[in-house]
Amino acid sequence: MEYLPNVLFAIVLCAGIGFFAKNISRLRRNILLGKDVDVSDNTSQRWRNMAKIALGQTKMVVRPIAGLLHIIVYVGFIIINIEVVEIIIDGLLGTHRIFAALGVVYDVLIATFEILAGLVIVAVVVFWIRRNIIRIQRFVKPEMKGWPKADGNLILYIELVLMTLFLTMNGADYHLQQVGADHYVQAGSFPISQYIAPLFDGVSTATVIAIERTAWWLHIVGILFFLNYLYYSKHLHILLAFPNTYYGKLTALGQFKNLEAVTKEVKLMMDPSADPFAAPPEGEDDTPEKFGTSDVVDLSWVQLLNAYTCTECGRCTSECPANQTGKKLSPRKIMMDTRDRLEEVGKNIEKNKGAFVDDGKQLLGDYISHEELWACTSCNACVQACPVSIDPLSIIMDMRQYLVMEQSAAPSDLNNMMGNIENNGAPWPFNQMDRLNWAEEH
Amino acid sequence: MEGKLNVPTMAEFFAAGKQPEVLFWVGCAGSFDDRAKKITKAFVKILNKANVSFAVLGTEESCSGDPAKRAGNEFLFQMQAVTNIEVMNAYEIKKVVTACPHCFNTLKNEYPGLGGDYEVVHHTQFLKQLLNEGRISMEGGQFKGRRITFHDPCYLGRANGVYEAPRELIQKLDAELVEMKNCKQKGLCCGAGGAQMFKEPEKGDKDVNIERTEQALDVQPEIIAAACPFCNTMMTDGVKNKEQENSVAVMDIAEMIATAADL
Repeated sequence: MEYLPNVLFAIVLCAGIGFFAKNISRLRRNILLGKDVDVSDNTSQRWRNMAKIALGQTKMVVRPIAGLLHIIVYVGFIIINIEVVEIIIDGLLGTHRIFAALGVVYDVLIATFEILAGLVIVAVVVFWIRRNIIRIQRFVKPEMKGWPKADGNLILYIELVLMTLFLTMNGADYHLQQVGADHYVQAGSFPISQYIAPLFDGVSTATVIAIERTAWWLHIVGILFFLNYLYYSKHLHILLAFPNTYYGKLTALGQFKNLEAVTKEVKLMMDPSADPFAAPPEGEDDTPEKFGTSDVVDLSWVQLLNAYTCTECGRCTSECPANQTGKKLSPRKIMMDTRDRLEEVGKNIEKNKGAFVDDGKQLLGDYISHEELWACTSCNACVQACPVSIDPLSIIMDMRQYLVMEQSAAPSDLNNMMGNIENNGAPWPFNQMDRLNWAEEH
Repeated sequence: MEGKLNVPTMAEFFAAGKQPEVLFWVGCAGSFDDRAKKITKAFVKILNKANVSFAVLGTEESCSGDPAKRAGNEFLFQMQAVTNIEVMNAYEIKKVVTACPHCFNTLKNEYPGLGGDYEVVHHTQFLKQLLNEGRISMEGGQFKGRRITFHDPCYLGRANGVYEAPRELIQKLDAELVEMKNCKQKGLCCGAGGAQMFKEPEKGDKDVNIERTEQALDVQPEIIAAACPFCNTMMTDGVKNKEQENSVAVMDIAEMIATAADL
């Protein structure tokens, strides 16, 4: 019986981490449904980008208020997690504050955790006010109704509860240290929870111990719950921001990739010695490649990683000229739709024992409308705005390619423009031979 | 002052067995659009004045393919690109200057992968080079002290990180450069990019060019400086929509420099 808490703790911990591992493998499987893309180049530049953008939060602070608050929560969460190491060791070994042996260092550590926890609470409250009271525009767009809104708030509540539990645990501990309860070593410095400790004056030691233990357990169980909530929420960015910024676009933002399959065909057409009726060499696949994207599996795995990384902050949408002028396009919605469809495809695969069974749906049309795609000015404002290097524009362009090259479904004005280019080398119906007339005009 | 423009073609240079310093890629707008042709001519006047050895492709030039690519027609884009690259490679082109940020971006970034490697500069960068090398001199003239705001073309600014060359040129004109609420990396599109120039906008509350023009008019400029023929059209339309065309001019930076020098 003596070891019951230790055993219980080990079981909870294994279950929490095991379930998380299962979700990570699901995540990995879904992302790898995307097409392969070579991102093995420029490793040093990629590491630098990750260090600057994800670790250094350089793009978050473009908006100073949200940026500063986010840094508080981010730093708070990373640093306070050092405490989790102690909690896990204590939980498994049945010790109490095993790092107390660090002496002054321990005091400084605990004091830092406490101040950060206090600041995180302040930041989380401000975040909640921005979402629910001030109702900042980007948080109340149409795509944020229902689950995305609840999800955003739920995350804030969880963070608030975790920090409160942490401070309650410390406050009770500090009280127990003062009354000299068994097992509660004199350790730590409690700049914030020292104000909670007096609340326990006059309460029986046994009750305070119960409160301390409850807060301790709920805190660690809460952390494990949050870890497993990530996969079902928009909050995966706390992990995926790192790989996503690593694999982010390195070329000039204006450079769109040239489709290799098209290059092959164009080269063949331009080659006067090519035999158009020649059979493909033995072993080579002669089915023509599909141009562009109609569903998530046509996207690259980096684009799918983008979708899971998106935390729906809406900076992209608030900078989008189409969205600002009331068009249906929202770059954030493009990312949310991609993720939702990818989840649907993933579940389909699970249900059908590892193979996707056509469900008559696709990303294009069922999730993202033609109207949204054609409203884009390709201005790159969304790409520039994203604090974690997501590229919604690439998905929009890939889907336009499908509409035009596979379905000939461009707006008629654009068909006229393309017809002109084809016939006379300019988007307007002017004669190629008149190209230099301007030089003679006054 | 309206002297004849000296516009040699690559074919003429080639026939004489010579190479110009730079190819001036005029672009479709610069060749055919009445408003943009004025920008082309202003730029040529500066080149002539500075005795820059340049040539145009003339009737051998064809659309860069940018609007086709952004509209999703990768096939048409690559056909255009490969055709243009064949012509330019045959002439052994090394350096290209263009007044159109869309051509600039496409030639600079998307042609190399298809066999077209050139040093591509935007005309504002080229003019800045000429100024630095002392090949042109700039005085404010009629622009001295005028209140000017610069609209960043997406394909020059965000797409390629060119923010300073056009601004430095405006400041060289002794003008008062004022920035809009959204500028540089946060610049707002004029509404023409991504092949929008050639189609009706989707349903919404207002047109993008009106939104951008409002931002420009908010800083009460006498001139809205542009560096892209499409932005120029969009902003001109916006200013007309706001019935401000008598008090606010939309001008390309090349036009301002040529006008200041009385060319």
